[in-house]
Amino acid sequence: MEWNFLAVLRDFDLLMLGLLNTLKVTGLALLFGVPLGLALALSRLSTFRILSGIAGFIVEFFRTTPPLVQLFWFFFALPILIDVRMTPLIAAVVTFSIQSSAFFAEIFRGGILSIDKGQWEGAKAIGMTYGQCQRRIILPQAIKRMIPAFMERSIELLKTTTLVSTVAYTDLMFQANELAQKTFRPLEVYTIVAAIYFVLIFLFSQFSIAVEHRLAKSGEGTVR
Amino acid sequence: MSEILRIENLHKSFGDLEVLKGIDLAVQAGETVVLLGSSGSGKSTMLRCLNFMETPTEGKIHLNGELIGTERGGRMRYREAELCALRARIGMVFQHFNLFPHMTVLENVMEGQVIVLGRGKPEAQDKAMAQLDRVGLAEKAAEYPARLSGGQKQRVAIARALAMDPEVMLFDEVTSALDPELVGEVLKTIRQLAEDGMTMLCVTHELGFAYHVANRVLFLHEGTILEQGEPQSILKAPATDRMSEFLEGHSLFKLPD
Amino acid sequence: MAHNWDFATILQNWPVLWVGIKGTVFIFVITAILGLGGGLIVGIARYSKSPFVSWPARAFVEVFRNTPVLVQIIWFYYAFPILTGIETDPFLAAVLGISLNTMAFSAEIYRAGIQSINRAQWEAGKAIGMNYNQTLRRIILPVAVKRVLPALTNRGIEVFKMSTLASVVGYVETLNQAKLISDLNFNPIESYTAVAVIFFVVLYPVVQGTYVLERMLRKGD
Repeated sequence: MEWNFLAVLRDFDLLMLGLLNTLKVTGLALLFGVPLGLALALSRLSTFRILSGIAGFIVEFFRTTPPLVQLFWFFFALPILIDVRMTPLIAAVVTFSIQSSAFFAEIFRGGILSIDKGQWEGAKAIGMTYGQCQRRIILPQAIKRMIPAFMERSIELLKTTTLVSTVAYTDLMFQANELAQKTFRPLEVYTIVAAIYFVLIFLFSQFSIAVEHRLAKSGEGTVR
Repeated sequence: MSEILRIENLHKSFGDLEVLKGIDLAVQAGETVVLLGSSGSGKSTMLRCLNFMETPTEGKIHLNGELIGTERGGRMRYREAELCALRARIGMVFQHFNLFPHMTVLENVMEGQVIVLGRGKPEAQDKAMAQLDRVGLAEKAAEYPARLSGGQKQRVAIARALAMDPEVMLFDEVTSALDPELVGEVLKTIRQLAEDGMTMLCVTHELGFAYHVANRVLFLHEGTILEQGEPQSILKAPATDRMSEFLEGHSLFKLPD
Repeated sequence: MAHNWDFATILQNWPVLWVGIKGTVFIFVITAILGLGGGLIVGIARYSKSPFVSWPARAFVEVFRNTPVLVQIIWFYYAFPILTGIETDPFLAAVLGISLNTMAFSAEIYRAGIQSINRAQWEAGKAIGMNYNQTLRRIILPVAVKRVLPALTNRGIEVFKMSTLASVVGYVETLNQAKLISDLNFNPIESYTAVAVIFFVVLYPVVQGTYVLERMLRKGD
């Protein structure tokens, strides 16, 4: 057995296209997942029982079911149910937005609950409404504490997006499968793709560790 | 003098525990009322009911002649917007300051003016600087609260409340969390406010402050006002055994003869 | 919604799904034991004073934590046999991928647990006359378990969900069988909903249990 990376390198642009799509799905899922997560967290914290119950169910459901099952459901089942034309990209973005929002919701909730009760009282006492308290006083402090957990979850999301290859979205994993078949060089292709993921994720986690250290130095506690 | 605050038959329960068992009180404009009582007597709860940090279980509160809330079906109902507007008119200072750590001192004092009262930033800044000057902390405007001493934090909290131009100020054990040497500066600030004619209700353990600054002292016991009167008489000659015991427990302060 | 939900076909195909469920449980048990157990060894190695032990352990953890588990499974299925000449079937590839990934994650959990014990606790045990075993049993382990148990349970839940990835290389588990039923009966809605419900029903009580566990352990502090 000998390594031969030439065939892989010749079609490297295929992999780069896949990487781009991986980042695209991750980015879009973050774009929708974070606000949705905040909405779920605020709903779950609401004193309105029905609302907090529904939000709690959504969060727990998407945290306890496997993402691949969710993806299959949105890709194969949803189009029959509501008559939409489902593309792999839409299915991927919908699945990972909702799936990650369930996890972000718990991070937001933890962050909000970690803020001292006195902050609510101080804000309330000068006449702020609930919304003003959240926006001006609680969330700005909570978000700072959430950053490490938030980045960790984003990294998990990036890793989970490999599942989209199973519904034929041309992400890095999918391109790897294609290239492996085309070149008959699975060892080299999958090793290189693993290396690309490693570099990407390793750099991101090093960055997040650095940020965490800075936050720790500035005396801010963090939540997980 | 005109009546600014009137409380009728105020009750407050937490679950099965009845903390306030019918409080009646009228406060005149410019009056300084000190609330005394041992822990669990309900004095803090009473104060917190006045700006609806706690919602009373029963009873009515009037501010400047207006009844707060509307009566429906024999019970008082309160709307969130109405309570927010009310809290903007009543200043409150807490034991643990509750300053916003992510904002500078100046931003802390501007926040309510801009967000709640809708004042323009230049006006809010002028007001904030004036109030910081009043509590002697104008030069700390650009600092973050974490860099201030406890006494300074509490004076900023007072400035933050004053910047809202409140009609009444509530002080909830504002010196209890301070190192002894820092208590004086805060009490001096509050005393100055009293002399400027601010209407104030203070929950405190500082009997000296009560003696020298209050117009009236209330002694709460088990959710009712057990006795009240001018500090010079009530602190020297309490009518009830309960209050005598309470005063003996706070004998650190020697009353002037 | 115009769709007529019809779970009758799922019930008719229950034997097919049951095969998948058994496959899921089987691979979960194997990977959980290997992953969570092996993680302890890696975690201890990571803490070793010898760089020849700690460094490879660290490299292992970094590699398997920083690559997606699906990439690992597929690598073991297609690339590993070429590299080593060892044939891997879907089961072996999935077990290798999921177990090694779990080892890397749980190694970090154990490491945190080990680090939460400081020497002062050993000394405190000794100072009141406890021997090694007593100190370990009464002082050290309770603290370590408290640190480790909630995170480990969470990891176990992740492993259970991760087992669905084995279907990608064709291992027969629940999702794989649901896909089969769906392809034969044209009922993806019911098939995939059934799988989602199965996972939810199994994991929801476990997740609730971890909340209770965390609260109980925190109370002890």
